[in-house]
Amino acid sequence: MKPLDPRLVRTASAVRVHLAVTVLCAAAVTGLVLAQAWLVARIISGAAAGEGLAELSWAIAAVAAVALGRAALSYGTEAAALHSAARAKSQLRRRLIARVTGVALPGSPEPPRGEPGRGPVWLAAPSGPGTGEGESTPRAGELATLATRGLDALDDYFARYLPQLVLAVLVPLAVLAVVARADWISALVVALTLPLIPIFMALVGWHTQARTRRQWRLLNRLGGHFLDVVEGLPTLAVFRRAKAQAAVIRRITDEHRHATMGTLRIAFLSALVLELLSTIAVALVAVEIGLRLMYGMVDYQTALLVLILAPEAYLPLREVGARFHASMEGVAAAEQVFAVLDERLDAAAGPDPAPERETSSRALVRPCRDGCAAPRLRLDRVSLTYPGRTVPALSEVSLVIRPGQRVLLTGPSGSGKSSLLALLLRFVKPTGGEILVERPSGSGSAPLSHIPADQWRRLIAWVPQHPYLFDDTVLDNIRLGKPEASVAEVRRAAELAEAHDFVSTLPQGYGTRLGERGARLSAGQRQRIALARAFLRDAPIVLLDEPTAHLDPDNAAAVRRAVARLLEGRTGVVVAHDSGWSELVDETVHITGGRIGAPL
Amino acid sequence: MTRPASPHRVSRPLLRMVALARPRGVRFALGVLLGALATAAGVGLLSVSAWLLATAATHPPITALGVAVVATRAFGVTRGVARYLERLVTHDAAFRTLADVRVRVYQRLARSEPVRRFRSGDLVSRLVNDTDATQDLLVRGLTPPLVAVVVGGAVVALSTALFVPGGLLLAAGLVLGGLAVPLFAAALGRRSGRRQAAARGELSTALVDTLYGAPDLVAYGAMEQAVLRVERADAELTRLARRDAAVLGLGSGASALVAGATVWATLLLGVAAVAGGALDAVPFAVVVLTALAAFEIVAPLPAVAAKLAAIRASGARLFDVLDTEPAVRVAEAPADRPGLPEEGAATLRVRGLRVRYGPDEPWALDGIDLDLPPGRRIAVLGPSGSGKSTLASVLFRFRDPDAGTVTLDGADITEHPADEVRRFISGVPQDPHIFASTLRENLRLARPGADDAQVWEALERARLAEDVRATMPDGLDTQVGAHGARLSGGMRQRLALARALLAQPRILVLDEPTTHLDPDTRDAVLDDLLAASEGYSTLLITHDLARLEHMDEIYVIVDGRVVQRGSHADLLAEKGWYRRAHGLGDPPRGGLRVVR
Repeated sequence: MKPLDPRLVRTASAVRVHLAVTVLCAAAVTGLVLAQAWLVARIISGAAAGEGLAELSWAIAAVAAVALGRAALSYGTEAAALHSAARAKSQLRRRLIARVTGVALPGSPEPPRGEPGRGPVWLAAPSGPGTGEGESTPRAGELATLATRGLDALDDYFARYLPQLVLAVLVPLAVLAVVARADWISALVVALTLPLIPIFMALVGWHTQARTRRQWRLLNRLGGHFLDVVEGLPTLAVFRRAKAQAAVIRRITDEHRHATMGTLRIAFLSALVLELLSTIAVALVAVEIGLRLMYGMVDYQTALLVLILAPEAYLPLREVGARFHASMEGVAAAEQVFAVLDERLDAAAGPDPAPERETSSRALVRPCRDGCAAPRLRLDRVSLTYPGRTVPALSEVSLVIRPGQRVLLTGPSGSGKSSLLALLLRFVKPTGGEILVERPSGSGSAPLSHIPADQWRRLIAWVPQHPYLFDDTVLDNIRLGKPEASVAEVRRAAELAEAHDFVSTLPQGYGTRLGERGARLSAGQRQRIALARAFLRDAPIVLLDEPTAHLDPDNAAAVRRAVARLLEGRTGVVVAHDSGWSELVDETVHITGGRIGAPL
Repeated sequence: MTRPASPHRVSRPLLRMVALARPRGVRFALGVLLGALATAAGVGLLSVSAWLLATAATHPPITALGVAVVATRAFGVTRGVARYLERLVTHDAAFRTLADVRVRVYQRLARSEPVRRFRSGDLVSRLVNDTDATQDLLVRGLTPPLVAVVVGGAVVALSTALFVPGGLLLAAGLVLGGLAVPLFAAALGRRSGRRQAAARGELSTALVDTLYGAPDLVAYGAMEQAVLRVERADAELTRLARRDAAVLGLGSGASALVAGATVWATLLLGVAAVAGGALDAVPFAVVVLTALAAFEIVAPLPAVAAKLAAIRASGARLFDVLDTEPAVRVAEAPADRPGLPEEGAATLRVRGLRVRYGPDEPWALDGIDLDLPPGRRIAVLGPSGSGKSTLASVLFRFRDPDAGTVTLDGADITEHPADEVRRFISGVPQDPHIFASTLRENLRLARPGADDAQVWEALERARLAEDVRATMPDGLDTQVGAHGARLSGGMRQRLALARALLAQPRILVLDEPTTHLDPDTRDAVLDDLLAASEGYSTLLITHDLARLEHMDEIYVIVDGRVVQRGSHADLLAEKGWYRRAHGLGDPPRGGLRVVR
């Protein structure tokens, strides 16, 4: 981890401005530090030489001016830094979202051309390679945290760390220059000890890191134990083990203390080195200059100046050391953002790129006002292998779906049913074979990939297994795909989806906010809202993924009625685990291990 | 069922946290002492050096400087070493205290068993973090101010002894810089935090919606709208943050101003005193340089004030949970009432059971009657939210009934200690927890004395043994990962079942043992469960119609009441919920069979 990431400077214009301001402020602060030291030395030595208020009033007034100046700079640096931090965070956040979603709004930092965004499959995948430790959150969750709390740690980095870092370079050099002119021996002491500090700190840091890495598994297990036990309290209670665990908690916490203290004994050494070197150097300087003063080799004012300046040379270093860890959290978050921004997409498995605008293929899916006929879909030996996997999710699947035909896809879990829907939705593209879109009359055809994805998706209504509801009103949740729909239209769709009755019982009816991820509703109710979306979309093709899995009988029955209605007069693909849907469809296709098997 | 905890104001959370921690007095005193020594050595180094120079300027014999020379070196070494020891001692003491605090919090939780509030994993991890905040309170919240008081007092005393106005000035400066400025800065921070809270929440919601909802957004062509919403939320938060930046810098500006003003005033008064003959040149130099160095004492305090505010919030949340009324009374064994049955099978009888989660809440269970004779297997079926799991909570003694009785061979279970009742009634609670430990430890939890043969037998009965032999080379010593992450969903449920069987309860209660499983696995687990529970008095709670034909009796619960009761065949023959649930009776559109 670098103290100053060049990518951070390059990509966020706010950072460049901030760096310039910081350097200017730091230079001014350095000047004031030197001025204050000189003035104080001048006043003390002057008073000792018998000068009174009249002779020294100019210097005392200057000290007041310096104090005001330092206060103003201190305020200005921090205010400017927080100001820049807010802008830099916003820039990084917007770049991240643009990159991930592939949506470039006017005025927003545009994603590199030709990049289609990451796509829903990438977002839903677990983040990072599975470590086998604990559950991995989907990327979506990790990114949401990163873009908010993660980047907030940059405040500390900008406001407290960077200014100190610049000071840590400027002040020691300036002090050294001034001290060298006054007393070369003191300058030598400072010049020899200063470089030792970063060297020793780095050495201790590496050692600590190595040790922590070695103990990582142990520390992780001991550290997570208390959480594990509290989470499992109901289970422990059922087996009458709840009370016995208290002793175990104490034992494990003590083990954790032993292990951690072992690491801390080494980690704290870096601060020890810093403090020892800086104070011993000051002590050496004080004694040396004191003796030379006694023998009349330097004058009192010079000696005082050296004594006051010597600790100032070490102060910014100590501040940087103290703030290092808190600030590095922000840098780590920024690095994670860059990792996402710089990651190259595996071309084979990403979502479809923007297709070349080909009029003939556009015509196949030209939006039509009333009774738009669905095209015929032909899957020609389609294969799909997800990135990082070796086993294909689908291999050489060939299938024809005629307009108005309703197909049931069955098969055990993991057989590739949902992957087929993802292909039709163009969340992923085939790694082999081709999906062809043909005119109902059979007079023209085009590969699916030649049709602009947005236009294609306008023909589709999709009801996923776990529909996502937004923290918004029922109304806006239903008209997701048709924002201009009237309340009456939404209500009609909800009636068809068997959702109207329960929506009417909500406190504000269709105006009720559903809470985070639709927390207000049960699984069956969420499913029916998703069906209402599909009805309102009124698309010629409907894709349904396990519409009644995990629903209780009442909800399942309602959803079935709605699905039956939705399939009427439309091309439909229903993915379901069992063949209980066979009465609603024209054909049943069985999939096992990514291949089409014998129909049941 | 999760209902938000009733808002409840916790008074004086910081004091209560200190009381909860009951910090190891001696160790902390030692830590504070070492910290004071370190800080004092830093200031002292400059004071003594000032004396050394000022004296040297008068060209005295070298012997006059001897003590000062030794003192500077001593201070130089002391500061680093004392600081190192202080950090070790306080961290060690904080860890020791943490063990006590964790045990105390855990015992309180185990006693009150606020199971219902724990449904959400976030709540639990927040509770654990809040508990661990006591560590921060001791190391970062209490030690620095105590050190500042001790050293600040000493330094002020020294300065006052040399030059009274200088000492008073320094005292005023330190109080301003160490108390007033940090409190002022913390208040500014809190105000800006409050102002930004709404914008922060909106941004976070917009981001979560956009990223988690990406499939739905893309499929319905609504992604641009969602990104627009994120951009708007981001712009609003950035606007507020930039406005607040102007205010938040005031704290560090004020710190610098107080320090500079103190030095300036000391110089002004000092020069006048020296010129007037009231003060010697040597103490003058010492007082000024001490004032210069003294602000190091209060430098860490603004960060402490901000930290204490966060710790205070942790404390308020922690005590809000700990203050909850226990959901179960602690029963004293009654002498005159029937005791729990000695041995052999027992009959479970539920009469008029009513439970609700608060005085203003609707009844979750509203007068349930239920009988489970020895060896019978019954299912309690109902839609989600019908109160089924509340029944399990009562049987597991997670909560007391509000009315009605639950008896085991005539003995009221609420009149006996919870753990005594659980000797009879045990099983699989909702979302059974798999501990981050070995397979063996996860199983032996249910019967600590069990040997490997018994453990294997339980695995055998839950039909997990074969999987373990085939896929886990370490056998019972296999680490299953946090929440059993290295096991499949079906294996986790089977493990929970094997554990319940190992406990050998007389009555086996299984609360939704197949939720979150895909239908194949669900059916397989149910089959194995039915085979394994052969001969047990079993109560299966489910919302699923699968395999119910194998149960002796089915109770249908809707809205907290038993609406139907009978065998699968009986219930299919009569008009009602059960038949409707199977898509029979009078469905609106052509009968659809869910279960063959």
